[in-house]
Amino acid sequence: MKEEVKLRKYHAPVWSEPVIMEMGRKGERGILIPEAEEEIKAAVGDAESYIPVEMRRRQLPRLPELSQPQVLRHYEHLTQETLGMEETIDISSGTCTMKYSPKVNEMLARMPQMTEIHPSQDEDTIQGILEIMYKFDLICREISGMDQFTLQPGGGSQAIYANVCVLRAYHDANGELAQRNEVITTIFSHPANAATSSTAGFKVITLMPDEDGYPDLEALKAACSKHTAGLMITNPEDTGIYNPRIEEYVNAVHEVGGLCFYDQANLNGILGIARAREVGFDACHFNLHKTFSSPHGSHGPACGAYGVKKELAKFLPTPVVTFDGKKYHLDYDRPYSIGRVREFLGNVGVVLRAYAWVMSMGADGLLEVAHTSVLNNNYLTKLLMAIPGITRPYAEGKIRLDQVRFSLEKLKADTGVGTVDVQSRMVDFGIQSFFLSHHPWIVPEPFTPEPCETYSKEDCDYWAAVLKQISKEAYSNPEIVKKAPHNSTIHRMDVAALAALDDPEKWAMTWRAYLKKGGKRK
Amino acid sequence: MAKEKSLIHPYIPNSVPEIKEEMLKEIGVKDVETLYQEIPDRLRLRRKLNLPEPFLAESELKKHVKSLLSKNKTCEENLNFLGGGCWQHYVPAVCDEIIGRSEVLTAYTGEEYSDLGRMQMYFEYQSELGELLGMDVVCLPVYSWGVAASFAIRMASRITGRNEVLLPKTVSPERLATIRTFCQPVATPGHIDVKLIGYDSKAGLLDLEDLKNKVSSKTAVVYFENPSYLGFIESQGAKISEIAQANGALSIVGVDPISLGMLPAPPDYGADIAVGSIQPLGVHMNCGGSTAGFIASRDEEKYVAEYPSFLISITGTIEEGEYAFSNCTFERTAYMKRDKAKDFIGTTANLWALSAAVYMALMGPHGFEEIGELIIQRSHYAIKLLSEIKGINIPFSPNSFKEFVVNFNGTGKTVKEVNKALLKHNIFGGKDISQEFPELGNSALYCVTEIHSQDDIKKLANALKEVLAV
Repeated sequence: MKEEVKLRKYHAPVWSEPVIMEMGRKGERGILIPEAEEEIKAAVGDAESYIPVEMRRRQLPRLPELSQPQVLRHYEHLTQETLGMEETIDISSGTCTMKYSPKVNEMLARMPQMTEIHPSQDEDTIQGILEIMYKFDLICREISGMDQFTLQPGGGSQAIYANVCVLRAYHDANGELAQRNEVITTIFSHPANAATSSTAGFKVITLMPDEDGYPDLEALKAACSKHTAGLMITNPEDTGIYNPRIEEYVNAVHEVGGLCFYDQANLNGILGIARAREVGFDACHFNLHKTFSSPHGSHGPACGAYGVKKELAKFLPTPVVTFDGKKYHLDYDRPYSIGRVREFLGNVGVVLRAYAWVMSMGADGLLEVAHTSVLNNNYLTKLLMAIPGITRPYAEGKIRLDQVRFSLEKLKADTGVGTVDVQSRMVDFGIQSFFLSHHPWIVPEPFTPEPCETYSKEDCDYWAAVLKQISKEAYSNPEIVKKAPHNSTIHRMDVAALAALDDPEKWAMTWRAYLKKGGKRK
Repeated sequence: MAKEKSLIHPYIPNSVPEIKEEMLKEIGVKDVETLYQEIPDRLRLRRKLNLPEPFLAESELKKHVKSLLSKNKTCEENLNFLGGGCWQHYVPAVCDEIIGRSEVLTAYTGEEYSDLGRMQMYFEYQSELGELLGMDVVCLPVYSWGVAASFAIRMASRITGRNEVLLPKTVSPERLATIRTFCQPVATPGHIDVKLIGYDSKAGLLDLEDLKNKVSSKTAVVYFENPSYLGFIESQGAKISEIAQANGALSIVGVDPISLGMLPAPPDYGADIAVGSIQPLGVHMNCGGSTAGFIASRDEEKYVAEYPSFLISITGTIEEGEYAFSNCTFERTAYMKRDKAKDFIGTTANLWALSAAVYMALMGPHGFEEIGELIIQRSHYAIKLLSEIKGINIPFSPNSFKEFVVNFNGTGKTVKEVNKALLKHNIFGGKDISQEFPELGNSALYCVTEIHSQDDIKKLANALKEVLAV
């Protein structure tokens, strides 16, 4: 960053929108419903007569009554009050890989050949969708080295859950389920690894980092026993450092008869560089809404593509897509399958976008994605490390891949301004608030940017310049940061406003609850 | 050898070699390869990925994907009578417009200040659905109806400290399969026993005697659906809830929210928790790829504490009268508590909640009443026409909502044969349930909604007559 970056004069839209429940006037209509044809009315009569008396609604739902332009305007205002990835430089949401979701893929996914399809249609009428799912399975196999994928899970956590269900089924088939009741994971792995294991009925052992930030290998070896069902681990973890001894972890678990799962929700930095198979993993998953570009959709729809080695393929959820050389089929006859983790085939629209993205990249393109995301990250790191108050814990001198967990511990100690304050101040410059860290905060006052391939050198410069400005403010006039945001849609939530969220007397998940608790209309 | 031309990709600004050089220089390394030095050589993939040749030009990519999609036959060009958990309802243009806007399409985990609008839309979704359901707490979506039912059953198990769920045999087999996964194998701690209750072979209604015999002090929850998977309205809702509650169990009802302009809110017949799918509320079918489940309950601390999912609460700011929206009791969730959390959550299906919010606002109270009436009238018209066809029998139909079972035993044809023949008439016949419910014989589950006109229904009846006459 040779020249000074000029910060933008940003102000978020402020519409002071009422809640839809307090809008409109009695009698207004947002959309009309056709009336039944006269002949139908004559033939069947009154609709209510088909409902048993005790099952008739006595009072209409108290929904708002609004005309269409007013509904549209309200929701357009609310979308404007949302800082989408497309509107900003979303280097901020690290671990989430906020990459560009190509418009052409979005257009394709909205064609009726995708949206107006029913999952129970005859196989002959959904050959296109089945072909896309099958071919995407093959793509995932090549990228991971696994032997078969399921696309049924509707998100990363659900893929991880599918994995613990496979763990269960595998040990059950070996008659060892009662004995193998422990899953080992690491504190820097996504919380879903621990949480889904618990939901599946396993006891969870969590490894803490050693001095260099790697999961403690000696602790792992000590934890391995005849009770070990499996290991669920990420590499690189959120610290961004690739663990070069990863095979030793896998071997230790294999030696006691456990299975090893590689959480690859984000594999942006190592696409085409390193795969799950070569390390010896038995299973892995990819978040198609992260590495594979499907839009994040305000938190879904998503897809966790989950893949396994052939020994585990028979346990995958039902159905799976097969190909007989001519036609694609759905195979429901899978006696060893874990069954279902949800209904239907999976979020096929997400799969379509991911397939289209890979087909717009090819092998060279995917490698370029990995290269530029790692390059961007190291470039951004260089800029950030020059800013007062920012440090990078663990493994000094080791090169990080596509993300880094930084710390503002020093800034906090020097100025009293912590990471949550900085997070709130960033939005004043038109930058999405950065992702801190999952809990617990092993790295104090953490933040985790991820400048994936979407972002230009100038984008990285701007993002770093915002942090530099905030650091400067923290050292010169910390109140600016502590009282932020100043240019946002709303003002800061104070202690009382935040406490209300945890207070049964005050929290309100619906407008009806809000009114019951004495809430006031605008 | 000529230097290989490097790929400058339109989605990757820094794929330009000169920019890369500049950045490498700034970092102080020679090449990108150096940045991978932490990965041991033996773990490196030292070959190119074996993937299909890409379509680098957008125009060619579009052509390629369109050619694949063109192999699908849609429910627009054909007449569709499939339902069973994914339904063809009309999606208003305004719904597509709002969720197509990039701000919400591409948002993710921004905080309350940058993403106030998205947070407010979540709250509005919860509020509107709360009115339909008559419940004060509604969470953000989980993956599907089946997952919502599963989580609710686990919530009930934790609330009551019991480990058994009773549910009617008429429940959707796909939902049941999902529930079984979540109820865990016997060998694991926390296993929940799944017990099925019989049904009346005439009306389809839950067998109350069987329920009374099976319910006990072990029962955590009785789960039933309204309208049921097989389409009929379960008129004994109040009695079922009463039996459950008299035995210290909770009553959970799975509902189709589009029926709630005509059918009562679940608490009116005793439900403690309601679950279901929001796909009928302004979300396209997407080949079953747009499922999203809701969970709703009373506003009691012991219920709120057990939700695994996000709950968005309204609150304020330092500015008098300004609304803010944020996570209620976030401490519950897996993001905070990891393995000590109330089950798990992650990225689910919130875009569909935004579409549903818009849908409910457009429909208003009268829209829901009218659409309910229309669906009942049109589906019963279809029942009438079909039941006049020789060999066809329609059980459970007097009190159905939008779906009904069509039995072909008397026609000498299997559902598979009938549906193959209907396909030639550009009709997707009802879902074959002869494997799912062998006791119902050769049967299909038909779905008629507001999108089916009288002509469409006549076309189906005529095609069936023709197909069955052969």
